[in-house]
Amino acid sequence: MAVAEPPIVEIVGLAKSYRRGDQVVPVLQDINLSMTRGEFVALMGPSGSGKSTLLNLIAGIDTPDRGRLAIEGVDITGLSEGELARWRAEHVGFIFQFYNLMPVLSAFENVELPLLLTRLDRRRRREHVQLVLELVGLADRADHYPSQLSGGQQQRVAIARALVSDPTIIVADEPTGDLDRQSAREILDLMESLNERLAKTIIMVTHDHLAAERAHVVRHLDKGVLTDRIERPRARATG
Amino acid sequence: MAWFLARLVLRNCFRHPLRTALTALGIIVAITAFGLLRTTVDAWYAGAEASSASRLVVRNKNSLMFPLPLYYRNRIEQLEGVKSVSYADWFGGIYIDRKNFFPQFAVEPLSYFPMYPEFVVPPEQMKAFQLDRRGAIVGRKTAEKYGWKVGDQIPLIGTVFAGNWSFVLRGIYHGADARTDESQFFFHWDNLNETVKRILPDKANQVGIFLVALEDPSTAPALSKQIDGMFANSRAETLSETEKAFQLSFVAMTEAILLVIQVVSFLIIVIIMAVMANTMAMTARERRREYATLKAIGFEDHHVVALIAGESLLISLAGGAIGIWLLYPLAAWVGHRFATIFPIFIVSDRTPLAAAAMAALIGVVAACAPAWRAATLKVADGFRALG
Repeated sequence: MAVAEPPIVEIVGLAKSYRRGDQVVPVLQDINLSMTRGEFVALMGPSGSGKSTLLNLIAGIDTPDRGRLAIEGVDITGLSEGELARWRAEHVGFIFQFYNLMPVLSAFENVELPLLLTRLDRRRRREHVQLVLELVGLADRADHYPSQLSGGQQQRVAIARALVSDPTIIVADEPTGDLDRQSAREILDLMESLNERLAKTIIMVTHDHLAAERAHVVRHLDKGVLTDRIERPRARATG
Repeated sequence: MAWFLARLVLRNCFRHPLRTALTALGIIVAITAFGLLRTTVDAWYAGAEASSASRLVVRNKNSLMFPLPLYYRNRIEQLEGVKSVSYADWFGGIYIDRKNFFPQFAVEPLSYFPMYPEFVVPPEQMKAFQLDRRGAIVGRKTAEKYGWKVGDQIPLIGTVFAGNWSFVLRGIYHGADARTDESQFFFHWDNLNETVKRILPDKANQVGIFLVALEDPSTAPALSKQIDGMFANSRAETLSETEKAFQLSFVAMTEAILLVIQVVSFLIIVIIMAVMANTMAMTARERRREYATLKAIGFEDHHVVALIAGESLLISLAGGAIGIWLLYPLAAWVGHRFATIFPIFIVSDRTPLAAAAMAALIGVVAACAPAWRAATLKVADGFRALG
């Protein structure tokens, strides 16, 4: 039973503020959120509502002022920078709005990046990379550099990079924000497919209602506070 | 991981080929200039460096301008630990034109050359020189420069010893090693003394310096004291010192110029360091998002530092290597062009090492600020700052 499953992401009383000069600007206040394995959650809200900040906290690239943030039962708020880096390498896959691929590395090399932090030998890394490139439909573009790929293809490479180390969660910050409608739909299809076929846990920040529709749960943030929760049926037809 | 980082460093270097090329060019020029200036300083000290620890120079205590009586030779020779004594006078003649400068010395032929094995003269030429009172021996460089051959008449116009002088070239010496001055001109002191006897009789039988070869170099300080003590309170008191100290006393006269040259050589390095630091800061700023991405993925601070430091070092060391490579032909050209001023203008073994160390220092210093900023960059800030 899904309800009885322990949460993969568990956030309790999370708060974050930024200092602007002498002023302390609260960004997130008393956030409580729980996600189970294989869940696809979309975070929506107006600009400045704290969506990306919450995503960064969950991904372990920012630290909260207070509260508990546990991923697979591990409270990451107490980890040092080095520990967080190692934790991210193992548990988090990132998909960014602007892809953030290394321009001097080929698609293959970009996807291989997270595996360089593992103990896998070259042959195993090659197998993993080829597998995920096939999964995102770019096996024939492995040697291409980002500048030789379209925006949609670059985002597919980024998705492959996020997947390759088989992370616990995938965080996506406006993954379709820089794409045309057709490419955006393809990327969302791919993410939905990964979630359904591989049971990947995805948390996605988006402004796009069409993108949010692909998620099982849509949470709204307003002025740093989580407001309504909309649940959608899990099984969806793709394409 | 190291292989991957090295590959990324190499590719990053060529992301802006023009920027990298211009920065490397600046380093090439700076390192070559640094090496050339150091070689200039070395050339200044070449005489002192080539001097022997087993030879003393004895001169008039008041000044080199004042001579010493020739009979001092016999008294010095009798001291224990003295192997041989020779003597010499600075001539300072002009060959056709004042700009044709080369050092000229009147020497005692039988004792002088055995004391200086670094001047290699074919035995038959040495014999011919010793037998001809008007004979002269000249260094290879000067002979080549003026196209002199053995048997040629060499006219000189005296300045210290006025008059028209003529010598017959009896030998051409080669240096025993690259550090031997091959520009000097030697002739018989007797030849000089005879003329002095005739035109300035009260200046006859006096020499500029005595050269004392020692049995044991370690006795130099004691023998110097002994010689000077022997002639204390005489009408020509002596100042004895090692050949090196004697040579350095000439260098000391131009110490301010040497200091300026050394300061300029380091200023060049500081300037290129600032240029390189600016380039690296600009480069690192452009790649903040990439560093943030790498750190988000799980790469740690030291990986990012390695990328920046590696790129900085690669550019600076590549530029340094080319600069050092260019230094040799350039120094050879300078040495040839200014042979009159610098008879020995050779890149020393220390110079490329110092230049390489400077190139590495440029790379390290230039990487410090951007590497520190990248290492302390918060991942979220790296993304936030650029959209």
